[in-house]
Amino acid sequence: MAYNWNWEVFLQPSATGSGTYFDWMVYGFKTTIGLSLTAWLIALLLGALVGVLRTVPNKLLSGIAAAYVEVFRNIPLLVQLFLWYFVLPELLPTELGNAFKQSNPFVQQFLSSMLCLGLFTSARVAEQVRSGIESLPRGQKNAGLAIGFTLPQTYRYVLLPMAFRLVVPPLTSEFLNIFKNSAVCSTIGLLELAAQGRQLVDYTAQPYESFIAVTLAYVVINVTVMVLMRRVEARVRVPGFIGGK
Amino acid sequence: MSHLELDHLVQRYGEHTVVNGVSFRIETGSIACLLGPSGCGKTTLLRCIAGFEPIAGGEIRVEGELFSRPGCSLPPEKRQIGMVFQDYALFPHLTISDNIAFGLKDETPEERKTRVAGLLQTIGLDHQGNKYPHELSGGQQQRVALARALAPRPQLILLDEPFSNLDVDLRERLSVEVRDILKQEGMTAILVTHDQHEAFAMADEIGIMHGGAIQQWDTPYNLYHRPANRFVADFVGQGAFLEGTIIDEHWVEVDTGVLESQKPLACCFDASPACGPGSRVEVLVRPDDVVHDDASPLKAEVLHRAFRGAEFLYTLRLPGGAQLLSLVSSHHNHAIGEQIGIRLEIDDIVCFPVQATLSPP
Repeated sequence: MAYNWNWEVFLQPSATGSGTYFDWMVYGFKTTIGLSLTAWLIALLLGALVGVLRTVPNKLLSGIAAAYVEVFRNIPLLVQLFLWYFVLPELLPTELGNAFKQSNPFVQQFLSSMLCLGLFTSARVAEQVRSGIESLPRGQKNAGLAIGFTLPQTYRYVLLPMAFRLVVPPLTSEFLNIFKNSAVCSTIGLLELAAQGRQLVDYTAQPYESFIAVTLAYVVINVTVMVLMRRVEARVRVPGFIGGK
Repeated sequence: MSHLELDHLVQRYGEHTVVNGVSFRIETGSIACLLGPSGCGKTTLLRCIAGFEPIAGGEIRVEGELFSRPGCSLPPEKRQIGMVFQDYALFPHLTISDNIAFGLKDETPEERKTRVAGLLQTIGLDHQGNKYPHELSGGQQQRVALARALAPRPQLILLDEPFSNLDVDLRERLSVEVRDILKQEGMTAILVTHDQHEAFAMADEIGIMHGGAIQQWDTPYNLYHRPANRFVADFVGQGAFLEGTIIDEHWVEVDTGVLESQKPLACCFDASPACGPGSRVEVLVRPDDVVHDDASPLKAEVLHRAFRGAEFLYTLRLPGGAQLLSLVSSHHNHAIGEQIGIRLEIDDIVCFPVQATLSPP
């Protein structure tokens, strides 16, 4: 097979005339990072809340939380993305829907992707948080209550400080997943890293260089995340417990 | 007015009644103990008092104030009841000092510091406040758990099998220490345990629980020497039963002869009105009631012996076939199968109407 390797393709001016193909990659890289980080923020906040609600004694609250988790965990990510992007604007009040549809396409794609990834991942984070809380001995909660703390205070000062420390390792996987799952958003036209890679192939016919570059970019992201999370783990770990010594 | 008052407390899990009409009172400053085999409902009772479970019937009052009745329960955090747990339940992410200070919410930082320092001294861990729970031994952790429960000066302190995770030596030492600390703080306390040595070492009064009900509420001495029923007699201490016939209020005839009781045979006459002169009864014989005496005409065969250091616990068979336990100084080293002379020296006879089932000693 005669393949013409040409790594200099990244330095060539792009077909659109603005900047080089390398700039395309940088743009995709930034989009992926921006999308994943904002989605992760949503996932952490919502996931923590829902995870806590799953463990409270109130049957109604824990039921709602359980339903939330099941919905977002059991619908395929791609289907969820299409629901957010194609279906939801139709279900909104007409004015709001129209405003959405008339906005900048990038904004439409980014918002849909962010919500989709954020909520999808929040269901998974919620399950980690729940298992973290439930892994604590039952006496911990009772000890907090017996000392005179209300249930919310007991969560805040006794259960959550321990539970969050315990779930850092599984949360690392979720954090890595959100970057990889963000590639799905190329299907609605969001020009993130994977989409830029494919576009580059279309314009330059250099698939190997393009996808090697995309792969390396994901590796860089994930290695960075892993290193960061290791540090977080080391900082928060409780001596005598999982991950501690 | 008593400090804690339980009135016909009932607790059910589904169809299963776990606590069945328990009533008792505890006076301020007293240490009470609920003693019973596993599954007798003692821990459930404690959880009801702490407010972790709503109750199905009856009432719980502290200082006259209603804490629990069916359908209405003061939440645990408003009860000012301290609790010490079987697994200590120390907060692993906090230092010893922070654990103890945890419940001190309304105090100034100065007051907190003083109280924590005082408690650390009380539990013998001064200058160790900066350590984390996992750096302490089991006994030390349990003392920290006690200090944490004492810190907010609760109205009542509950101890749920607090020493069961510790080895025997430590258990005995710590139970005396904990008693001293509780008395020093003037605390009213309830201990739950299945270990009678622990109960005897700590409690002023003990309630024997069985089948969700209190069988007898009494001092440790009376539980041992004046058990109210056959269950209590079996459960507390060791002993054997000899069948006999009542002659009158003070005399019982057994295989080995006639026994005299200094006090009237109250137990039996109280428990069963049908029981009177001529009734067949079982007489409780404690190991310390059976005295080794070579000169005695009554001989028994050694069936089994357990060396306890200072003494032997012999299992003996009387000529008639009945078995007795005897605690004998370990200088008297007799082989299994040997015939030894014994004497029965029972001051107060405890007897119960004959039952069909006999539990082994």
